[in-house]
Amino acid sequence: MSEPSAAPGHFREPLRPTPFHERTRSLSQVDSFVPWAGYTTVDVFTTVEHEYFAIRNATTLYDLTPMVKYRIAGPDAARYLNRLVTRDVAKLKVNRVSYCVWCNDAGDIIDDGTVFRMAADEYRLCTAEWQLDWLLASALGFDVEIEEVTSEVAALAVQGPTSCAVLKRLGLAGVERLKPFEFGRFSTGELELMVSRTGFTGDLGYEVWVEPARALALWDALMEAGRKRGIRAVGSRALNIARIEAGFLMPKIDFHSAEASIRLGTGRSPLELGLGWLVDFGKGHFTGRRALLAQQRRGLERQLVGLDVDGNKPALNALLYSDRDGQHEIGSISSAIWSPTCKRNIALAMVDAPHFAVGSTVWAEIYLSRELVWERRMRRARVVEKPFFAPERRRLTPPADC
Amino acid sequence: MSAPSGQFDAIVVGGGHNGLACAAFLARAGVRVLLLEANATLGGAATTRAFAPGFRVSAGAHLVHQLPAALARELELERHGLQWAAQGLSSAALAPTGSVVFDQGGGITGADLGADLQAYPEFMQRMRRLAAALNPTLEGVPPKFEDHGWRDRLGLAGLGWRLRRLGRRDLRELLRIAGMNAYDLLADNFGSPLLQGALGLDAVLGTNLGPRSPGTVMTLLCRLAAQHGAGARGIALPRGGVGALSEALAAAARAAGAELRTAQVVERVLVVDDRAAGVRLASGETIQARCVVSNLDPKASFLGLVGAEHLDAGFVRRAQRLRARGLAAKLHLALDAPPTFTGLPDAARGARLVIAPSLDHLERAYNHSKYRQYSAAPALEITLPTLHDATLAPAGKHVLSAIVQYAPYEIEGGWEQQRGRFTELAIDTLEACAPGLRSLVRASELLTPADMEREFRLGGGHWHHVDLALDEFFAVRPLPGATRHATPLPGFYLCGAGCHPGGGVMGIAGRNAARQVLAEEGLR
Repeated sequence: MSEPSAAPGHFREPLRPTPFHERTRSLSQVDSFVPWAGYTTVDVFTTVEHEYFAIRNATTLYDLTPMVKYRIAGPDAARYLNRLVTRDVAKLKVNRVSYCVWCNDAGDIIDDGTVFRMAADEYRLCTAEWQLDWLLASALGFDVEIEEVTSEVAALAVQGPTSCAVLKRLGLAGVERLKPFEFGRFSTGELELMVSRTGFTGDLGYEVWVEPARALALWDALMEAGRKRGIRAVGSRALNIARIEAGFLMPKIDFHSAEASIRLGTGRSPLELGLGWLVDFGKGHFTGRRALLAQQRRGLERQLVGLDVDGNKPALNALLYSDRDGQHEIGSISSAIWSPTCKRNIALAMVDAPHFAVGSTVWAEIYLSRELVWERRMRRARVVEKPFFAPERRRLTPPADC
Repeated sequence: MSAPSGQFDAIVVGGGHNGLACAAFLARAGVRVLLLEANATLGGAATTRAFAPGFRVSAGAHLVHQLPAALARELELERHGLQWAAQGLSSAALAPTGSVVFDQGGGITGADLGADLQAYPEFMQRMRRLAAALNPTLEGVPPKFEDHGWRDRLGLAGLGWRLRRLGRRDLRELLRIAGMNAYDLLADNFGSPLLQGALGLDAVLGTNLGPRSPGTVMTLLCRLAAQHGAGARGIALPRGGVGALSEALAAAARAAGAELRTAQVVERVLVVDDRAAGVRLASGETIQARCVVSNLDPKASFLGLVGAEHLDAGFVRRAQRLRARGLAAKLHLALDAPPTFTGLPDAARGARLVIAPSLDHLERAYNHSKYRQYSAAPALEITLPTLHDATLAPAGKHVLSAIVQYAPYEIEGGWEQQRGRFTELAIDTLEACAPGLRSLVRASELLTPADMEREFRLGGGHWHHVDLALDEFFAVRPLPGATRHATPLPGFYLCGAGCHPGGGVMGIAGRNAARQVLAEEGLR
């Protein structure tokens, strides 16, 4: 087991540039960068709206190099992962990806991420935040090697309805045959790429993995291949709109990592987060299983649900009530946007039982600034099914124009 | 009992004295028990065995002073062969310059004691009152602090009532001293370094603590509380050594219907549908049972028997980090004659003898152990069992048994290299208090913590399985998630020294585990 791959003197560089930084810096028109897991990344290149509509109508590039990557290998790798995550990854085939969550002993989520089966006894775990402490703790008693490889792999999300066409034009023969959550290795020109049909937009899209030295070449080749398809670099703000439409959860926003929580009662289980479909009680023991079974027996006290809120003002951080007078508080909203594609005012919210049932009506307390004059509105909201936006094209294989 | 699976209701893994006590109590409740001991003999570290031709010794614990009288009565240990060679032993603090003899009742004699002649009986009376108030709680299963049932409330109310009844003065004193270290408490109360040192050793014997370590008044109070439970027998020697107690426990278990098998190494606990369902032996044989009770230390129980894959990662990490490194060695000498100690009447040498001439002596000895070394001036608790029990040695010959502290489990250079030097050092320390002793030695044996790990299967060679410290004590012993003998794996229980109230030959952990198993498994 090795330490994170930090170069000597890394502390002199509190935020590192990603291998794509030269290009993203020059494309940034509003100089809006944010830190993410030790790297500086773009929040907005031009305007959030332009970038968002490119995700839904063309092809976009999003730099996801800071996504923390772990190489997990060894004879016990499969057993180890199956004890770590709530889903049954023993069934995961080589060249397939699985979206997983992992919990602490109390059954509260520590983080979510994707598991790539690279080979029979080698996996890659991608997650938004560092997890080495928990991964190593989970390794006690297993013959497995865990190594952070974040800086050894550069990654770009290539997302949007024309993304497959762009990758084909790049020269990736057969990329259209990749099914959702499948990945393969491709080469074109001097580029050796790993391409997975994964993403955070809920749309047709891919993630392209390359050695950092070839990162700029990949960027340039993609920009060239997508020139006629309206390809565009996007930042985290636009992606956030897309992911809420897709009903995807964001750590630190929709849930707080249990291992980073201090206050009692702030942890959230996968069942509470509406991720019960990721929990396989039949696969054998995994961390948090007994606590989750007990929670299932007791019944959920709250659940994360989608809301359709009246009006057009995003219900950011709104408290929720069962009554219009705001006497009985029953939850709060963690993510909220006006959905440009659905033309609905949508939100993700944690709602107490029994109000989380689909079809329930709740009331959101929304604060509006009208040129700095603040007003309070109680808006009706209905609990609705997620995702809010799920186009057929996200699953279609091969994609429409390929 | 409903729908029994297989031949046994419960399998006890490990035949130490707690495992035997647990098996005996389970069997007496009508449970079909199988006990599996890896060694050829029962008793674990409570065993008597030969160490030189014709010479036998209590190879681990060498005195019995914490076995509850009620437990011995309930299991009818005397009917099952337990005899006492000596009871109510007093203690003698030795030094090359003289000695102090004191007993649990407050009696004290010796030169230059001054005000201590008055202070010691007062101190002991107060400590005994505190011990009496604490004992019922410390002897029981610790309460749950969450969603406690009426039994837990009743237990806590009982403790509250007993503390209240102590009166304002004693209660204030208990609250004042409970979090103190033994060094400060003893230095406050006594002037004689010899008496201070000897009482200080009581607070730290077998633990990973020095007299200045926080929580050492607590360990002292626990020891005194357990001695209170032992009743009038006080410090005692079973005839035939401490192994005779294990034999009596085994006889009681067998008489109640338990089956005891030796030389059976259990490799794994079988887990079926997230429940302990039996064991697999090293021989490959599997034996099924409704539940499994482990007498092994917590690390061996969880990381070895159960395995990390059946436990949550956070729990495994906490179990892995339990502090369990032994610091006590055992020295056995075969002697041609009983030694004579400077300043100690020969008539008194049958007492429990202590070489810890001052608190600083103890603390210095402890300092070395922190750095994987041993001190040139160790502390010793010594018995000459053959003065009370001639069966342990050839006629006219004698056995000296000493706990030598501090001898860290991990020693610079390794114990194989240090064994000879440490043995000589311990004998030199004895010789200084008993001139001429060296010439009486016919044979010697040193059991280091590493030897005890091997011979008694004590992880880290730790007598208490896990340190006796506030964070691994009472309601959080050995670790959160595995208190009150139950564990995260349904049907799997702990009954060893890793449970409250810890090591020492008490049998309480075994008895209490049996009670919890009966209640949780609905076996009664």
